[in-house]
Amino acid sequence: MVETYQRRSALAHLGLVARAASSSTAGAGVIMSEVPHRTIVNVRGTASDVAFSSAVQTATGLALPSAANTVSNGGVWQIVWLGPNEWWITGPDGEAESLIEALRANFAGQHAIACDVSESRAIIALKGAKARDVLMRGVSLDLHPRAFRVGQCAQTGLSRANVLLHLVDDTPTFEIYVLKSFSDYLWQWLEKVAADFNLAVEA
Amino acid sequence: MLLIPCPYCGKRDEHEFTYAREGHIARPTNGEQLTDAEWAQYLFMRKNPKGVHYERWMHAKGCRRYFNVARDTVTHEIYAVYEMGQPAPVIERENGR
Ligand SMILES: [Zn+2]
Repeated sequence: MVETYQRRSALAHLGLVARAASSSTAGAGVIMSEVPHRTIVNVRGTASDVAFSSAVQTATGLALPSAANTVSNGGVWQIVWLGPNEWWITGPDGEAESLIEALRANFAGQHAIACDVSESRAIIALKGAKARDVLMRGVSLDLHPRAFRVGQCAQTGLSRANVLLHLVDDTPTFEIYVLKSFSDYLWQWLEKVAADFNLAVEA
Repeated sequence: MLLIPCPYCGKRDEHEFTYAREGHIARPTNGEQLTDAEWAQYLFMRKNPKGVHYERWMHAKGCRRYFNVARDTVTHEIYAVYEMGQPAPVIERENGR
């Protein structure tokens, strides 16, 4: 874990707090913000093994998402599908160590892992009536509400970056997980596109 | 551009995938007993058919899983998609190639 006094979010250098202060969300088609410091724990195991799935459920209070490319959502934790034997458990900052401790204790004797990858990703939230129009300029997925519903996620390419998209609500609000080293590029790209749709920045 | 049905994620654009060449090639377990010619056969010689090709793809930008595809090398039609470890399906084609 990074020492608190050295800790800055991936997009802190863009001065988003100051930008937000001088930006009005009234009438904005798209609102962008950074979601800083979310806990992300990578978990791998055999989905069909009841010992594994109940180990995850005991630690998080959540069942593994039953369908591919969906997210199960609880009060504290979310479980994001990444592959047939791989998930992210995401949640509040500072909770990674205790979660991993609980998972590893429950995984004893199993072929399963839990690993803190919180610092690998930046998260950009993109919301508003025109959020889909922004994303559609850079992804090949069908984002029509009929095809990509609330609670669904997808790993795909957005412009030149690999991302995980999660449709959080039908505002719509998308959360975009991207490797930190691509986050500055992706923010700039999104901003350039969103400028066509009346962009506001939120802290 | 192909639309490739990942067995886990469904249809995705070709640019999300990487190609992993011919499938169903078993690595010899008796490598130390093979002649150079036999080793070269395993390592380098591939079918290159005109028609159905059984090959592997990896969903690189998505779930990052390998899987098998039966694809027509002339028309690019994808006849079947199946998980690693599954046997190659027999493909009946109308044009009889
Ligand atoms: Zn996939």
